[in-house]
Amino acid sequence: MTLTAARPSVTRRPAARKPRASDRFVAVAFLLPAIVYVVVFFGYPLVANLVMSTQNYTVRSFYTGEAPFVGFDNYSAVLNNPLFSTAALNTALFTVGSIVFQFAIGLALATFFNGRFLGSTLLRSLLLLPWLLPLVVSGAVWRWMFDTDHGVLNAALRAVGVDPVPWLTSTSWALPAVILTNIWIGIPFNLVILHGGLRAIPASLYEAAELDGASAWQRFRHVTWPLLRPVTGIVLMLGLVYTIKVFDVIMVVTGGGPANATQTLTTWSYRLSFHDFAFGQGAAVGNILIVVATVFGFVYLRSAKATLAETAS
Amino acid sequence: MFVLRRGLLAAAGVATAATLVSGCSPSPAPGGTGSSAAPAASITELDYYADEQGSAAWQKILDTCSTQTGIKIQRQSIPTAQMLPKILQGASSRSLPNLLFTDNPTLQQVASTGALTPVTDYGISTDGYYPSIIKAGTYQDKVYGLAPGVNGLALVYNKDLLQAAGVQPPKTWDELKAAAVKLSGNGKYGLAFSAIPSEEGTWQFLPFFWSNGADLSSLDSPKAAQALQYVTDLVSGGAASKSVVTWSQNDVADQFVTGNAAMMINGSWNLARLDKETALHYGVVPIPVPQAGGQPSVALGGEVGAIPITDAAAQQAAGKVLSCILSDPTMLEWSKAHAYVPSKTAVAAKFGAETPAMQAFIDEVGTAKSRTAELGEKYPKVSQALADAIQAALTGKQPVDQALKAAQQASGS
Repeated sequence: MTLTAARPSVTRRPAARKPRASDRFVAVAFLLPAIVYVVVFFGYPLVANLVMSTQNYTVRSFYTGEAPFVGFDNYSAVLNNPLFSTAALNTALFTVGSIVFQFAIGLALATFFNGRFLGSTLLRSLLLLPWLLPLVVSGAVWRWMFDTDHGVLNAALRAVGVDPVPWLTSTSWALPAVILTNIWIGIPFNLVILHGGLRAIPASLYEAAELDGASAWQRFRHVTWPLLRPVTGIVLMLGLVYTIKVFDVIMVVTGGGPANATQTLTTWSYRLSFHDFAFGQGAAVGNILIVVATVFGFVYLRSAKATLAETAS
Repeated sequence: MFVLRRGLLAAAGVATAATLVSGCSPSPAPGGTGSSAAPAASITELDYYADEQGSAAWQKILDTCSTQTGIKIQRQSIPTAQMLPKILQGASSRSLPNLLFTDNPTLQQVASTGALTPVTDYGISTDGYYPSIIKAGTYQDKVYGLAPGVNGLALVYNKDLLQAAGVQPPKTWDELKAAAVKLSGNGKYGLAFSAIPSEEGTWQFLPFFWSNGADLSSLDSPKAAQALQYVTDLVSGGAASKSVVTWSQNDVADQFVTGNAAMMINGSWNLARLDKETALHYGVVPIPVPQAGGQPSVALGGEVGAIPITDAAAQQAAGKVLSCILSDPTMLEWSKAHAYVPSKTAVAAKFGAETPAMQAFIDEVGTAKSRTAELGEKYPKVSQALADAIQAALTGKQPVDQALKAAQQASGS
């Protein structure tokens, strides 16, 4: 009914008019589904998690709904826990180690496959396999391969006369082993996006560079790298967010062990919640992770803005 | 129109949010435990017998009781690790199953939420059971859970390998170490056990811990240190693989079946699988004890059935089904099918007479301890701390006494 009344008034007035109240309603109406979605699926869990991290939330709270407010007690308990520094350091090493190698190998492979040669498409599709496998499956297979006594990796090392490595049974090797698994899983993602970015660089630029006598390295350094920068930013940013929250891979390969050597903030948060039933502390660790990821998100947005401004000027 | 649509969408949004909120902020419990209502025609059931053999065996039990009671049972089976999260989720959204079977050390946690009803409300008697399983199912003097069958750990050995090495099945710690050392070499190990950083690892260590007289309330006692030192020496001495820190009990059984381990510490539920391997000849003895003549003290395993507060009719029906599952014939059938020990002493004695392979397990269950008897709800935290200490000691990250001291601190806070 409002429709019939409102429409003629809109059509009667052509361009250059003052924004009217009904226009704002339209705008809001279009926004609403998105807002509802964000509020229900992001806002609510986030707020619930924040609230939970300030409560003494136990198994009892699930049924009774009673969880006494304890302020920042959960945060101080978590920060004073000797495991916090271990988990934080492991998370940092895991994230940096994974991303550096995933990106470097992904970029190398993307550059390699950018040249067309026989079977390049087939090979590239095969390289996607790690991405298609369920993480639990990849994790379980890697766990077998890492086995100290009967694993294929140590069998290979023995064959070439190198001492076997106690991959998952030594506190110093377990973290590199999990990072290795995660690198293998993450390469396809980097490869695909970077390959797409490379495809978008006009071939004429390379031809021109070649005519000017640029070497392969110079072409990469001065043509590929600068033009790939926006894509690089996205890959690294997404890689960071994906890696910092990795849970399943670690859980399947080591379960956080041996002796907490591969405990990261995510696995620790899970453990606090579902093994120790300290749900408030688990939520606090989760929130710390969210803050870290958000900080990096803002860093990325700022740098992306700077790049845009650069290209615009 | 636009106004209208916005209003509608906003209303829808609010409604969705409201459902979510009400789903998570509990309202007063419906039902109660009134016994006047007539039983419902069908109930929902939740368990974690997700492996092929266990699942099939359990389905048979449910079918038997469904026929006997005339109540349809809608079963849901989930992996063990998801059990507690699932129960907590159900408790908060008031959507718990009518009957659930959970690991006995978690029962007191669940009962502490107030979501369960005592089994005695449904005319189920608690007489004739092993006292340890009653203890595990009791919270604040009321029995909330009862198990049709229980289990424990024992030492399973490969007869052929032991005979070839001229080794007798060990009875004491010294014999176990000597035998395991003798049976190790060429990439094979004398003994396999699980020491993963979770409840499973603690449960496997407890027989050594308890048999030596240590106590969960003081993890850093000299007796506890002695037990952990013994297990650590087994690994550092090469009698057991360093990989024990990554092996679950299923992995341990794999090692045993493939002949990579001559002996293993494992539960009776594996026997069905071992029987399938025709080339494998195995024997079972109780877990070796520190001194000759001592009694092993293992942890009591097994799943207890419990009836959450849902609605009166469904609760009555669930009570009937649980009562059937706990009846002597069903208990015996389940124990046979899944190699469990019947949780009633009389039924267990009968079972032992029929199946000698189970005798070692039956003997041990008599002296088995409930993990939560002493600590109740505090057990999970202590268990986690102990599992960490075991890992720290086995990997050589910390000496035994330091590892246990740290565990005692972590469990005390």
